[in-house]
Amino acid sequence: MEGCLNEISYINVISPGFQTTVQDLGRYGFAHLGVSASGAADPVSLRIGNLLLGNPQNAAALELTLVGGEYQFESGCVFALTGSDFGATLDGQEIPLWSSVKAQAGQILRSGSTRSGARCYLCIGGGINTRRVLGSFSTHVMTSIGGFSGRPLRGGDRVRFLGQVGDAPFRPQRLKKAVIHQLMHRSVIRVTHGPQADLFSDEVTALFTTAVYHVTEETNRMGLRLTGSVLKQERAAEMVTEGVALGAVQIPPSGEPILLFVEHQTTGGYPKIANVVSADIHILGQLRPRDSVRFEFISFERAHELLLRQEAMISTQFLEFV
Amino acid sequence: MFSEVLRYPRLQLASDCSVLVTFGINISREHHRDVVRLFTLLLSERHPAIRNLHPAYCSLLITFDPLVADPHHFRDFIHGLVERIDSVLLPMSRVVEIPVCYDTALGPDLQFVASHNHISVAEVIRYHSSTEYLVYFLGFSPGFPYLGELPKQLFAPRLPTPRVKVPAGSVAIGGNQTGIYPADSPGGWRIIGRTPLKLFRAERSEPALLHMGDIVRFVPITRREFNEMALLSMNQWRVA
Repeated sequence: MEGCLNEISYINVISPGFQTTVQDLGRYGFAHLGVSASGAADPVSLRIGNLLLGNPQNAAALELTLVGGEYQFESGCVFALTGSDFGATLDGQEIPLWSSVKAQAGQILRSGSTRSGARCYLCIGGGINTRRVLGSFSTHVMTSIGGFSGRPLRGGDRVRFLGQVGDAPFRPQRLKKAVIHQLMHRSVIRVTHGPQADLFSDEVTALFTTAVYHVTEETNRMGLRLTGSVLKQERAAEMVTEGVALGAVQIPPSGEPILLFVEHQTTGGYPKIANVVSADIHILGQLRPRDSVRFEFISFERAHELLLRQEAMISTQFLEFV
Repeated sequence: MFSEVLRYPRLQLASDCSVLVTFGINISREHHRDVVRLFTLLLSERHPAIRNLHPAYCSLLITFDPLVADPHHFRDFIHGLVERIDSVLLPMSRVVEIPVCYDTALGPDLQFVASHNHISVAEVIRYHSSTEYLVYFLGFSPGFPYLGELPKQLFAPRLPTPRVKVPAGSVAIGGNQTGIYPADSPGGWRIIGRTPLKLFRAERSEPALLHMGDIVRFVPITRREFNEMALLSMNQWRVA
């Protein structure tokens, strides 16, 4: 973005939808104080939105959940919607997903109920610019840290962003269709063996990968609770509380899995049969209550290969001018 | 090779971007010291791939960026550090005094803990405030200290139904553990008092009042002292 100046501007929240928060790629380095990373539930969509706008990939955006809401731009800006299709319009005109769009001062973005997955990102050229807390703009909703006053947005909030003022003509870009499909559509969640995988018998482990699980209503940024086949431990081993990783598949005494998500507790005492691979974490962020999921075990080597292949697709070379 | 012979310390990939080092299977000061040694070594090494360190009673989870370090190489790097931990000097423990108002209004379960253990409320306060507690680690939620060890005379079962809201600063007992709630939150532990100190402030350069390895002493204060300190929204604390 050469020749551009940044100018402070605001988005007015007319109505905030179901849960809209400020998110970047997360807050690292404070887990030993009990603070988990938080950050975008679907970091792939956030990064692509930022790529479309020429932002750093870690720039903060608004994460819309299930129902989008209504927002007015106080000044002209360039924005992009990525992730799930919430049927958004700008002053009544339908706008495409995975594309950069120019808005004039005063225009209103309306975004309804999702037609696909759980989350849509409203990325802005220059990035959302609330106060950085512990090095990140991300909201940790459960502990009221960061983002916009540590909480989801409400009607009447004015969210600051750094608009780009420049004389370069605007040329809309979009992500190539083939890449969208490869990045976003996955019916099976890949997992590696968890630290307590050996507490579960071969039969139980097999059941975990053949069963179809459903996402329950008790699902949020902290964790996804699943319902389906009950998984019992071979031996009811006493476990001492230990550190837990993003995407851990915990099996509580009820036997129904809980997937630890971006706002997870930093330590926990339930055994973990598996862990979702890095390349599929963003898919969890798009799961809605009642969606079904299946799991497949893969090796650590394969998980790493999948991640490298996915990373290669998150690149400006897969963007095209409209 | 030592992991095959000894079993502990045990290193494993907990996910494709985290390594779990386990020093044993029980809560002990010996394992705690190993956790602190490895934690100290990791802080001084500053490997560029490290994202987060999650210490616990007898283990340490290290999360890393798999695009910066290959998972197997990273595990080998951690393995090398674990082999060196015996040479690490433990940092000096700070002694932190935490004022607590043991008052039935701020500690609604004080009487329960007393009658459950067939002792008086005064004895509950005396036992609780005459013990030195080790901060094993901070975990669960921001600034929450896992403290040990609680005198046997004070063990008390958790509430059958957790309270919807436990006020920030509440000092509580859950089974054989004692802790302090850093923020208003739901909770099932028995509340015996409250501190006016803030345990966690994200806006502070040093956000957590307590650190892993600190020694905590609870100092009884009157309701009046509590009110004064709370009014000043005191954010400093005494390090003895």
